[in-house]
Amino acid sequence: MKDELKKRIITGPDGFEFEVDPLNDYYCDAPPKVHPPAYVKIVEDLFNWARSESIWILGFGTGCGAIEMRPLMTPRFDAYRYGVQWRPTPRQSNLFIISGYLSVKTLKRVIRSYEQMQSPKYVIGLGSCTINGGMYWDSYNTIKKLDEYLPVDLYIAGCMPRPEALLKGFEDLKKIIRAGEGEGANIYAKNFDWYKANQKKVIQDWDMPDYNW
Amino acid sequence: MFEWMKIPYALLTLFIVVNYGLLMTALIAKIGARVGRRHGIPIYQNYIDLIKNYGLRSSITHGFMFYLGPVFRLTGGVGLILFVPIIYGSEVFSNFSFAGDLILALYFIFFGTLGMALGAGESGHPYAAIGISRGLSQVTMAELPLAMAVFAVALQYQTLSITDIVAAQQGGILNWTLFTNPFAVAAAMMSFLGSMMRPPFDVVLAPQEIPIGPPTEYHSSYLALMQTNRVIFPIAKIAIFMSLFFGGAASWPVFFLKVFLIYMVSVFVGVVFPRFRVEQSIRWFLIWAVPMGVLGLVWV
Repeated sequence: MKDELKKRIITGPDGFEFEVDPLNDYYCDAPPKVHPPAYVKIVEDLFNWARSESIWILGFGTGCGAIEMRPLMTPRFDAYRYGVQWRPTPRQSNLFIISGYLSVKTLKRVIRSYEQMQSPKYVIGLGSCTINGGMYWDSYNTIKKLDEYLPVDLYIAGCMPRPEALLKGFEDLKKIIRAGEGEGANIYAKNFDWYKANQKKVIQDWDMPDYNW
Repeated sequence: MFEWMKIPYALLTLFIVVNYGLLMTALIAKIGARVGRRHGIPIYQNYIDLIKNYGLRSSITHGFMFYLGPVFRLTGGVGLILFVPIIYGSEVFSNFSFAGDLILALYFIFFGTLGMALGAGESGHPYAAIGISRGLSQVTMAELPLAMAVFAVALQYQTLSITDIVAAQQGGILNWTLFTNPFAVAAAMMSFLGSMMRPPFDVVLAPQEIPIGPPTEYHSSYLALMQTNRVIFPIAKIAIFMSLFFGGAASWPVFFLKVFLIYMVSVFVGVVFPRFRVEQSIRWFLIWAVPMGVLGLVWV
C-alpha cells in the first residue's frame, strides 16, 4: 500500500492534531446492493422507456475508440437527436462506453468510475479489443475479455466501428432497456465476489477498498 | 382575510410555468444547436430526462446539507414564482404578491445560490468547491448592479410593490422603464447576463474545465430537483425583470413572448462571446455595469 493511503496523524497549521485515514475518509466500502425493479409493472415500463430515451454517457475514453465518439456530438452524426447526451461526471451517467483496448492501469479507473454510477447502469464494449483483445490479443498489459471484469450489455464489433455503428448500437441498447433486460448493475451486485476476484487477478497494486462509491 | 382560493391559483401558475420552462429550455437548446449546425435534442427531451432521473433506483448521500442543497435551490425558484405577480391585472395569476414583494424577490434570487453552496460544499468534491467559490464571487458582483437598478426603479415609482411598478408603466411602450430610465435597465440586463449561467459568465459550471462545478456529485432525484428548479428559476427571474423594466404582461401569450425574448438576450450574447475568467467578469461588472447602475440612480 502506498504511503499516502496509510492511517496517520497530521498536525494542522494551528498546532491541532487530527487523524487521517484516507481509505475510510475518502471511500465507502459498503458492498453494492441488488436494486430490484420494485414498482408496478406499468410504472417500471414507463421508467424503462424514459431510461432508454435519455441515455447519458460518461465522457470517459479508454482507448482509440474514443475518437469515434466525438463525431457523434458534431453536426454530421448528432446523437443528441436520439436522446443521447454526454455527462462529465459518473454520478449522473447511465452508460459507460469502454471504447477500445483497456490497459490494466485504466481498468482500475474504469472500475472506480463504474461503481460511482447510479443504478441502473449500462456498459457498451466498443471494438474488437473488448471482446477478445483484438489486435492486442497477446499484449502483456491489456485485458482481453471485458465481461470478466464488468457486466456488459452490448458489444459493437469492428476495428474500429464507425459512428453509424455506434448509433445502431444505441438503438439496440434502447430495445434491451425497454425489454427490461438492462440489469447489469444487479448482475454486478449478485456476482460481486467473482468480478472482484477477476479484477484483483490483473490489478497488481490494488490500493483501494473493494467497493468505492 | 386570507383568500384560500389563492393557493390553487398559485399552483396553477406554477404548473404553467414548469411546463413552459421545460419546453422553452429545450427550444433554446435547439436554437443553440442550430448555431452549431446540429438539430439538437427533441423538444420533449427535458420531460424524459426528468422522469428518468426521478426513476433511478439508487442514490447516495454525503450528509445532511447535501440533501438540503437541492431543496433550498428549488425553494428559491418556487418561492420566487409564488410571491411575484405573473400576469398584471389578473386576479388569478397575481399569486401571493403584497406591498413589499420587491424586497422579498431580491432575497429569493440569492437564496438558491446560497443553499446550493452549502449542499455542494458538503459533497466534498474539489470541483464543487472551486465552482462554489467562483460562483459566489461572480453572483455577488452581478447582484450589485441589479440592486442599484432595483433601487432606481423603486425610487422612480416611489413604491416597493411590483404590481404598482407594472401599473405605472402601462399605456404605451414609451412608458416602460426601458425608456424612462435606460441606464438602470442597462445595468440590470448586464447583471442578468451574469446570472444566467451562459457564456461569457459560465465559468462556474465550465463544462470543459471543472466538470461540471457545484453539481458534480449530484445525481438521481437530487439532480432531478435541481433540473426542475433550472426551468422554474430563470423564468421567475425574467418575470421580475419583465415587470420592472419591460412593462409587465397582461396575458399569458404576452408573458410567453416577453420571457422568451428576454431569455434570448443571454443566448445571443452566449453564442457569440467566449468565457470570462472570474477576475475578468468581476472587473467587467465593476467597469461597465456598476457605473450604469450609479447613472440610473442619478437619473431619478
